[in-house]
Amino acid sequence: MDFLTLFVVVPVLTIVGIVFTRDMKQTRLVSAIGMGIQLILAVTLVFMYLAERKAGNTAEMLFSHSYVWFESLNITYSIGVDGISVAMIMLTAIVVFTGVFASWNVKHLPREFFISLIFLSSGVFGFFISIDLFTMFLFYEVAVIPMFLLIGIWGTGPKEYSAMKLTLMLMGGSALLLVGLLGIYFNSNAGGGDLTFNILEISKVKIPMQAQRMFFPMTFIGFGVLGALFPFHTWSPDGHASAPTAVSMLHAGVLMKLGGYGAFRVAIFLLPDAAQEMSWFFLILTGISVVYGAFGAIHQKDLKYINAYSSVSHCGLVLFAILMMNKTALDGAILQMISHGLMTALFFALIGMIYGRTHTRMINELGGLMKIMPVLSVSYVIAGLASLGLPGLSGFVAEMTIFFGSFQHSDAFHRILTISAAASIVITAVYILRVVGQILYGPVKNDNYLKLSDARWYERVSTGVLIFAIAGIGVAPLWLSNMINESLNPIVHQIMQVLIK
Amino acid sequence: MLTLALMIILIAELSTENKKSIINLSMLLMVAVTVIGFIPSPEGTLFGGMYQTNHLKVLMKNILNIGTMILFFQVADWIKKPEYENKVSEFYMLIISTLIGMNFMISSGHFLLFYLGLELATIPIAALAAYDRSKNISAEAGIKLILSSALSSGIMLYGISMLYGTLGSLYYTDMASMDMDTPLQIMAFIFFFAGMGFKISLVPFHLWTADVYEGAPVNVASYLSVISKGAAVFILTILLYTVFFSIAPMWKNLLYAIAIVTMTVGNLFALRQKNLKRFLAFSSIAQAGFILLGMIDGSALGMASILYFVLIYIFTNLGAFGVVSAISVATGKEHMDDYNGLYATNPKLSLLMMLSLFSLAGIPPVAGFFGKFFLFTAAAHSGYYWLVFIAVINATISLYYYLLVVKAMFINKNDNPIAYFKSNLTTRIGLGLCLAGIFAIGLFSPVYEYIRMFSVGM
Repeated sequence: MDFLTLFVVVPVLTIVGIVFTRDMKQTRLVSAIGMGIQLILAVTLVFMYLAERKAGNTAEMLFSHSYVWFESLNITYSIGVDGISVAMIMLTAIVVFTGVFASWNVKHLPREFFISLIFLSSGVFGFFISIDLFTMFLFYEVAVIPMFLLIGIWGTGPKEYSAMKLTLMLMGGSALLLVGLLGIYFNSNAGGGDLTFNILEISKVKIPMQAQRMFFPMTFIGFGVLGALFPFHTWSPDGHASAPTAVSMLHAGVLMKLGGYGAFRVAIFLLPDAAQEMSWFFLILTGISVVYGAFGAIHQKDLKYINAYSSVSHCGLVLFAILMMNKTALDGAILQMISHGLMTALFFALIGMIYGRTHTRMINELGGLMKIMPVLSVSYVIAGLASLGLPGLSGFVAEMTIFFGSFQHSDAFHRILTISAAASIVITAVYILRVVGQILYGPVKNDNYLKLSDARWYERVSTGVLIFAIAGIGVAPLWLSNMINESLNPIVHQIMQVLIK
Repeated sequence: MLTLALMIILIAELSTENKKSIINLSMLLMVAVTVIGFIPSPEGTLFGGMYQTNHLKVLMKNILNIGTMILFFQVADWIKKPEYENKVSEFYMLIISTLIGMNFMISSGHFLLFYLGLELATIPIAALAAYDRSKNISAEAGIKLILSSALSSGIMLYGISMLYGTLGSLYYTDMASMDMDTPLQIMAFIFFFAGMGFKISLVPFHLWTADVYEGAPVNVASYLSVISKGAAVFILTILLYTVFFSIAPMWKNLLYAIAIVTMTVGNLFALRQKNLKRFLAFSSIAQAGFILLGMIDGSALGMASILYFVLIYIFTNLGAFGVVSAISVATGKEHMDDYNGLYATNPKLSLLMMLSLFSLAGIPPVAGFFGKFFLFTAAAHSGYYWLVFIAVINATISLYYYLLVVKAMFINKNDNPIAYFKSNLTTRIGLGLCLAGIFAIGLFSPVYEYIRMFSVGM
């Protein structure tokens, strides 16, 4: 078996292990071990990748393997990674690992909870390693469907409504996507070869313009629904707010990135001409996402809703940067995905921990938490600062790169959009600082809170790992940025070809 | 020949007295028939070209045999009930004679034999639908089925007679080589198609479906929804690809419209259903609409995707119906609200039900995803992207109502859930086979390649 397939096999084996556990303690232990192995594998992959590049291997995808699956349709199980997918795998491994610790105390049906959670993660890992559109789509749907049960059974608030809304909207998105993928497949022989689902082979073919015009919007919107593209973002606030802690973490932290990743790996990479032609329209939509999400966050009173809207804003920024289609902006988009993934996971983990103690997420009912639970509060401040882009933390690097890249377009349209999107940083600062001020400082609103305890060991593991990663990217962004940069070359090459014409 | 083996079962059943041994015997024989079916048989024709067989047709029959075999496993529990004491062998005889009818239909090379097979496959089912003699609703189902199927047979026969009048032959091979583009012939085709549409329960010929499924015993309903429908789909595909080859552009347009209407109407009606049998009836109408997407392509790819989908559909729908049947036998409950909180008491059944529903909805990694994906691939192959688009939107709508059942079982609370019960061995074998099929057929690609090997296009 090859190394990459392990990323799908380990979760599956963990699930099998969980089936045989007897109580919550065993279940969470098995999950933690399984996801710990996964994290170690991810770290190993990063080093293996760097070593391979250093040794001069310049192939587009490393460690790639291809197994024939449905021969007559030329469907293969093809896997391979470049710097971008390695970074995404690392992100996923971190978030899932911390997610297991953040849900250490699931009392209701713990086995089913961890099975669904890890099944979901296996879909995400599979998505990031595949370079075959069919396998990719399969893993994409695997990653979405467990959400229904996770939110519906273990969620809070209007959970059934949110679960149904989220599942249907995402599946509707994948419906569009399916048509787009089939369209790409049946045009992949434009160069005279066989029909294929393989991304690398399709990228060498020039798909006819008419087909591109039809299928680019489908694939882009299809992935965009998951990336919270306005006006298809409405599942996100409800879904995130109702989901249990670990699910919010995984969903905002990783699953929404599937949308961004797919949008550039499939929509932009394979259909560059139509992307160039239609980018203005989608730029406006994503611009609205960015600003609207930020304004939406200001008006919310529930901590989870605030972060859900801020996720809409930040993920909108990812799609915005992708559509700018130059190397710097794309680099920023990937960095933003990773930085936002870590930071949001941290936010939702902390909100879950605070909620677990105070049983409220309303900012006007909370106050003075810094005195009661300093560790959690300090972590919250760090997450907030990363979110509003303080230098030294990951958010700054990402946003800086994005706006730097977007500003390279010299025409008025792109300039105005960039400026308005950049304005959202100010709004972000408003809602983040307001929340931090209200819930962490000031008088303690409720005397019962005085008895509450600070972070327990498993919570410290969860937050510690995330903070370490956030600060790591902020302090030393270069190695990550380099890894992404060299992998962007094929995509930039595609875009340049369009421009030259 | 396959039919000979089936005849033996009939005789054997007539001669036994003991009820229990009949049940076991028929299960064993069905397994034997299914296995024998897979032994490669020579291609050939009988009765001067009236009866034809080739690898594709044998494969179709095998698919139906597998379905019937699973059904026999599931049925054993239900048929042992005391009220059916005196009519156990009738059940098996009727089912097997319909299966023979379907085999005739598939193997027919002439419309006469086709019609013979059709009647043989239809009339016993009406008797089966009225199997629960004591219940009015079951008798109503039987009457409804027999009347509407008689009407549809009549219409179809009228169409066939017009074809004969204008072409002068009813041999498929003769007809395939002739042009059929006069208005009369097209009308004849429409009449014929209406008759087939009734069998497959395409909209607007679907009105009998829900009432019959609701009234008939669960297992008969599941037989109707998978085997009977599957056989009709197979023969319609063969005929469209061969006999009506010359008017392909015409029937493609027809299928386009009917597919959209069938999917949409089936789905919209399924949304409001509370009785599980009615619910599955409308869901099976919607599924029939999806099958048309494979037919419309007219290539080997389309044929393979139809066979593949029907095979998956057999396992999937029998899984769903099997759970409904097991619960119905144990508790008599068939309402969706009764399923609230089922997971707490009967986790295994709930899981199987969930997987079956996900498979029906086309969610990976279960087989339904692959089945649907290949159907959509077939339609996209001919460039019907908008049709595929409408179909996937419909698949999303269908996901909503499938999730409602999942929600009932897993999320809704119930003070008085269905108590835990243990179904007996045969039912569990039947359900286990469904479960294995739901997982294996999709992920294990040789099944698809095997079907693809024998599929032919126009």
